[in-house]
Amino acid sequence: MKKYTITALVANKSGVLTRISGLFARRAFNIESLCACTTENQALSRMTIVLSGDEYTLAQLTKQLDKLIDVKKIAIADENDSVYRELLLVKVSAPANKRSELIEIKEVYKAKIVDLSPETLILELTGEPNKLDGFIKVIEPYGILEMARTGMTALSRGEKCLNDLVDYNECI
Amino acid sequence: MKLSGADILIQCLKEQGTDTVFGYPGGCVLDIYDAIYRDGTLKHILTAHEQGAAHAADGYARATGKTGVCIATSGPGATNLVTGIATAYMDSVPLVAITGNVTVANLGRDSFQEVDIAGITMPVTKHNYIVKDINKLASTIREAFYIASSGRKGPVLIDIPKNIQTEQCEFTPAAPAPYLPKPVAPEKLKEIADILAKSKRPLLIAGGGCIGSNASDNLFALAKKMNAPVCATLMGLGAYPASDEQFLGLIGMHGTDAAAKTFRRADTVIACGMRFSDRVAGNRAAFAEGKTIIQFDIDAAEIDKNVKADHSVMADVNEIFKVLLPLLGQTDRKDWLKEVSAYKEYENANFDSSLPAYKILRALRSFTDADTRVATDVGQHQMWTAQYYPFEQPRTLISSGGLGTMGFGMGAAIGACVGSGKKTVLVTGDGSFHMNLNELCTAVSHELPLVILLMDNNCLGMVRQWQTLFYGKRYSQTTLDRKTDYCKLAEAFGATGMTIASEKDIRPVLKKAFAAKGPVLVDCKIGIDDKVLPMIAPGKSFEDIITKLG
Repeated sequence: MKKYTITALVANKSGVLTRISGLFARRAFNIESLCACTTENQALSRMTIVLSGDEYTLAQLTKQLDKLIDVKKIAIADENDSVYRELLLVKVSAPANKRSELIEIKEVYKAKIVDLSPETLILELTGEPNKLDGFIKVIEPYGILEMARTGMTALSRGEKCLNDLVDYNECI
Repeated sequence: MKLSGADILIQCLKEQGTDTVFGYPGGCVLDIYDAIYRDGTLKHILTAHEQGAAHAADGYARATGKTGVCIATSGPGATNLVTGIATAYMDSVPLVAITGNVTVANLGRDSFQEVDIAGITMPVTKHNYIVKDINKLASTIREAFYIASSGRKGPVLIDIPKNIQTEQCEFTPAAPAPYLPKPVAPEKLKEIADILAKSKRPLLIAGGGCIGSNASDNLFALAKKMNAPVCATLMGLGAYPASDEQFLGLIGMHGTDAAAKTFRRADTVIACGMRFSDRVAGNRAAFAEGKTIIQFDIDAAEIDKNVKADHSVMADVNEIFKVLLPLLGQTDRKDWLKEVSAYKEYENANFDSSLPAYKILRALRSFTDADTRVATDVGQHQMWTAQYYPFEQPRTLISSGGLGTMGFGMGAAIGACVGSGKKTVLVTGDGSFHMNLNELCTAVSHELPLVILLMDNNCLGMVRQWQTLFYGKRYSQTTLDRKTDYCKLAEAFGATGMTIASEKDIRPVLKKAFAAKGPVLVDCKIGIDDKVLPMIAPGKSFEDIITKLG
């Protein structure tokens, strides 16, 4: 199984997320993450979907997605020509005797301390998902109390913009 | 001019060319029904149940090619439409379903007869809407009609809260947006034309797309130019005239032996607006072995979905034919057609009762015209109709293929009858008929010229057939043992009842039934153990066709 990243511009309306997630459930697509956000254009939201599957599933997912009236543009992100980022917030157990070690680790990963309490701290880290995975592994022994990941977002490098693409149907 | 939401709806329906709607009134559509009453020009068919209205709008659309319209109130009215909407979705039928709902202020409060019909129908519609702003009502309705009737057609639902129906806004009339299928670039077809020219044993399979895109004439021209045999999926029956010598009939699970044999020998299969459903392809993995598969479909998602095509073009099938035809020369394939015609010799070995259904269906054709709409329900009678009634023209078979909805027939036949304005036939079974027989009252109220042939075998024949073949004859809950007297039932509804009890009754009773006015119910007392054969068991290949039971 491979991982694929699909980016989409969709109508910024209520119910669109339900339509899309409902489609994934109905067609039994295995989604690793789905990240939705607003864009420079109020009428559109941007979604980044990480699919785990094969070429067949990828083709079906993009074609089925493209049939939804509210989905305006779709692209499969080019692994070598895109910027991928995810944000992690993690609350770690940090008693006074462990704190300096955690600060050392944080320096290596260029994470930020965004909250501090006598027994805990919250670290913030941005990067590609595998960097986040590595970071989590290292701090796990200290005791992760809770964490939140945004799911991955992606933009293609250079001048190419999703909105300028021809309709997905035209490319097949 | 300023109009209320309900009046805007009526104006927009008329703008779209809608002359007939099927529906059922209720609390949250009172304003819409008031507008229908005040307008007085829309023909409204009041059904007995909202499901009947949805199937009727579907049958109307299948019979005419126009977009069918049904109306139901909120809550149970709306949920009763769901089976009808799902049926239309699976068979790509253009349908606009209009539901009322509680006021926008009451949405989400579990108000009386409130249901999230947009949420419920999301997976079974092409698109749906909840209109929360009166200013967007007209554009939403226009968009809904465009979506329903363009590309791969399908149902669209518009949920209109009660306050939107009464609020007013400025209304500007507009002509419907025309849908013109995208033309196909000839380059896309050059390679395919070469393959077709070189093919020794091509086979054309016509699917529902040939009917949806009105491609029948060009399909015929293509078959004649190529000298290729043609078979059809259930949804494609009628796209090619059954009486033509190149036609092999239905292909798939209950397809003809000739179609199966021809398929096995074919070197190139041209799938025209069909999606290789499991009922057609059987064993998908083995389906394409040793063949070149060419697929034409308007829906990109259908290409390579069930069977991997070697070559495909994503476009309206008729547009493809228009471009492909001039690229092909007249090809002589005498040997191939001769081989194929030998496969057509086939005995009806599957009937052992004294009144075999196929004899009724064969006789039926002498009482109908080539354009008579024949609706079916779902089960053995449906397959027998597909196998033995010769469909000569598109839009004459009205049948639920993808969803396989028992209970579809009564509503669909009413819609087809209203749409065609002609005598219409419904072939049904005693199982399916009992599901929605209430709609007999609708047919009577409107004095519809409907001949209902009820294949009465006192059991759920198709399920029983599977129990016979795959479940050791353990007939769990399939022997109906109803005491319904169909003739009395018909009379009670105000229709005419007749009986075909033996073979000698067939012609005289059909003659009487077709001469009678209004709906006629003919109880055809067929045998309990007649089977639909040939059969390819689920997941099996065309080699595994069963033509006779040992």
